[in-house]
Amino acid sequence: MFLIILISLAPLALIAVVNSYQFKIAYESKVLEHLEQVVEKHKQNIDTFLNENLADLRVIASIYPIENFQDELFLSELLRNLQIEHGGVVVDMGLVDDQGVQLAYSGPFKLGKAVYGDAAWFREAMTRRNYISDVFMGLRGLPHFIVATKISANGREWLLRCTIDFMAFNRLVENISIGETGLAFIINRQGAFQTKPRIHLEPHVGSLSELVWGKHPAESKPIQNSAHNWWASQTRDFATALPVRTIVADDPGAPGESAIYIMTQLKQGQWALVYRQNARDAFGAWYRTRNVAIIIFLVGSMSIVFMAFLVSAKTVKRLEMADREKEMMNEKVIEAGKLASLGELAAGIAHEINNPVAIMVEESGWIGDLLEEDEFKETENVTEIRRSLKQIKTQGNRCKEITHKLLSFARRTDPRQQEVNLNDLIQEVVDLSGQRAKYANVKIHQILAKDLRMVQASPSELQQVLLNLINNSIDAIDHKQGGEVTISTTNGDGDVSFHVADTGQGIPDAVLKRVFDPFFTTKPVGKGTGLGLSICYGIIQKMGGKISVNSSVGMGTTFHISLPAALNGKAGSEKEHANYRGGEHV
Amino acid sequence: MSDIKVMLVDDEQSFVETMAKRLTKRKLEVVQAFTGEEGLEKLNETFGVDVVVLDVKMPGMDGIETLKEIRKRHPLVEVIMLTGHATVQSAIDGMKQGAFDYLMKPCDMDDLLGKVREAKAKKENHEQKIAQARAMNIVNRRGD
Repeated sequence: MFLIILISLAPLALIAVVNSYQFKIAYESKVLEHLEQVVEKHKQNIDTFLNENLADLRVIASIYPIENFQDELFLSELLRNLQIEHGGVVVDMGLVDDQGVQLAYSGPFKLGKAVYGDAAWFREAMTRRNYISDVFMGLRGLPHFIVATKISANGREWLLRCTIDFMAFNRLVENISIGETGLAFIINRQGAFQTKPRIHLEPHVGSLSELVWGKHPAESKPIQNSAHNWWASQTRDFATALPVRTIVADDPGAPGESAIYIMTQLKQGQWALVYRQNARDAFGAWYRTRNVAIIIFLVGSMSIVFMAFLVSAKTVKRLEMADREKEMMNEKVIEAGKLASLGELAAGIAHEINNPVAIMVEESGWIGDLLEEDEFKETENVTEIRRSLKQIKTQGNRCKEITHKLLSFARRTDPRQQEVNLNDLIQEVVDLSGQRAKYANVKIHQILAKDLRMVQASPSELQQVLLNLINNSIDAIDHKQGGEVTISTTNGDGDVSFHVADTGQGIPDAVLKRVFDPFFTTKPVGKGTGLGLSICYGIIQKMGGKISVNSSVGMGTTFHISLPAALNGKAGSEKEHANYRGGEHV
Repeated sequence: MSDIKVMLVDDEQSFVETMAKRLTKRKLEVVQAFTGEEGLEKLNETFGVDVVVLDVKMPGMDGIETLKEIRKRHPLVEVIMLTGHATVQSAIDGMKQGAFDYLMKPCDMDDLLGKVREAKAKKENHEQKIAQARAMNIVNRRGD
């Protein structure tokens, strides 16, 4: 049974696992691809944003003479125009000379004449034409970054700078939020956050920057293959067409959880845009599908197990029943064999005994004859002798009856089957039983169906059955009260039935079950062999018919016998039957 | 009635002998035979056997075979079968072969006597008819 369960479950499990795996692979790569595209698009957006600001500044720097920028009024006019154009992203503007002194300033902070000579961004900016700084606090004490362009005029160098509103920039990045845990942030080469992520991610920044820039983030290097770090063994790298790097790594903060990191470089490799999302969130659909698959698998398994138990239980039951039937059949066969050999034995004995009994009866008859002689007439004991002779005769007749019954039980009747008209057969047997019925004060009625179909049966056997049933019926009726035996025939559906009903004493329920058992009799010892009905049963069974009995005590007993109708059995005619009857019945 | 000649055929000697005594006592002439063959032989030798009482089951030639022979050789002789079987079938077989009637062993003397007398009557009837037919034949011939 466990094998059945195993075999039934195997394909289910295989399908579930293989499909889930395939779906997972496909779905994951789809999700990652989508995320990569989103990230790539935002990278472009951010780059565009930065470059636009820078370009604006450069255009402004190139079209106006340097003197204009020293005029704070002019600057604030410029700032106002930029703010209109860029929606308030540009916070302030300023002109710084090569010593780091801010010559002119326009903006909300009081930063006129501020000295940036030592500021990191200033030194960096002075080394190149255009510069976009990292985010820093600066003099104003607020996170911001600076876009600066260098102007060369009058043999000196100046920096035209503007500050980009950190919050507005942050919003650009924050817009990339997908699902519940999807978030984006920017880090620089030193691992400092350039935007403010919603969750605490400081511990991972080092590793992330390593992944983006390689082992030495300070050096500018193109993206390399996975570095050897703490998650090298737990990450999965995804080769992608876009200039982004995607990994799925276990989240060290939450065991069992893994997170997707999608990284791309920004601002000529100075910054990195990192998108992070919990794998569970990103692949939510897949997890749901997996759960459904698991549920289906479990329910399926359960029903398979249930069915396996049910089916095997049923099969076992059926086998048991078949076994029992077979056993019963065997018993019956053995019983039949026993009966047959018993019958042969009985026949032998009966026949051997019959002759001596006949001789004894004859001899006693002879004694009786001799007693008639005159010389014995006067003998004293003659009456006693007569009584004794009568007794011998009676007992001899009893022996005769027993042996006859035994012989009829064992007898091999002519089993040849032919088409028989039950009505004729009943008529015949009733004629035979007529005398006996009369002595027993029993009337025999016949209710015979017209156009009764023929049955395929052995006439001599059927005759025996009928005779037996009629004799039983007559025996069941109290001879003093008298009674009736009714024999009826009916055409059934594919069979022909006859019923022998009497108005006798009836059979109690306990006895009714056993009436067909061999050697079961309720008659006094010496009166019945208990074989009659069992013989009838055997004969009817052999013919493919059915015999049943119902009885109520005090009301009478009815035996029902149905026999299969002959295939082309029309209503039989007297002529066909005359042959069988053998003519000379007197 | 005293002129009925009966032949008893049975392999049981004492049965035949006793039966013979009893029938003789009842003024019947009795011929005894102990096998089918002997019965046929005696039937040829003895003149005027009216009725044969024949046991069905005998060693050697059994009752049915003997019956067939008797019917063939002596069609006028009536046969009463004695059977140990209470079978309708063996009786029917005997009747089919032309037996007059059958009796079951052990049989009642009165029954037997009755049947024997009936058989004798039937035989006489037959013989009369034959005699009449012969007479008619002679008369017809004369008339020619």
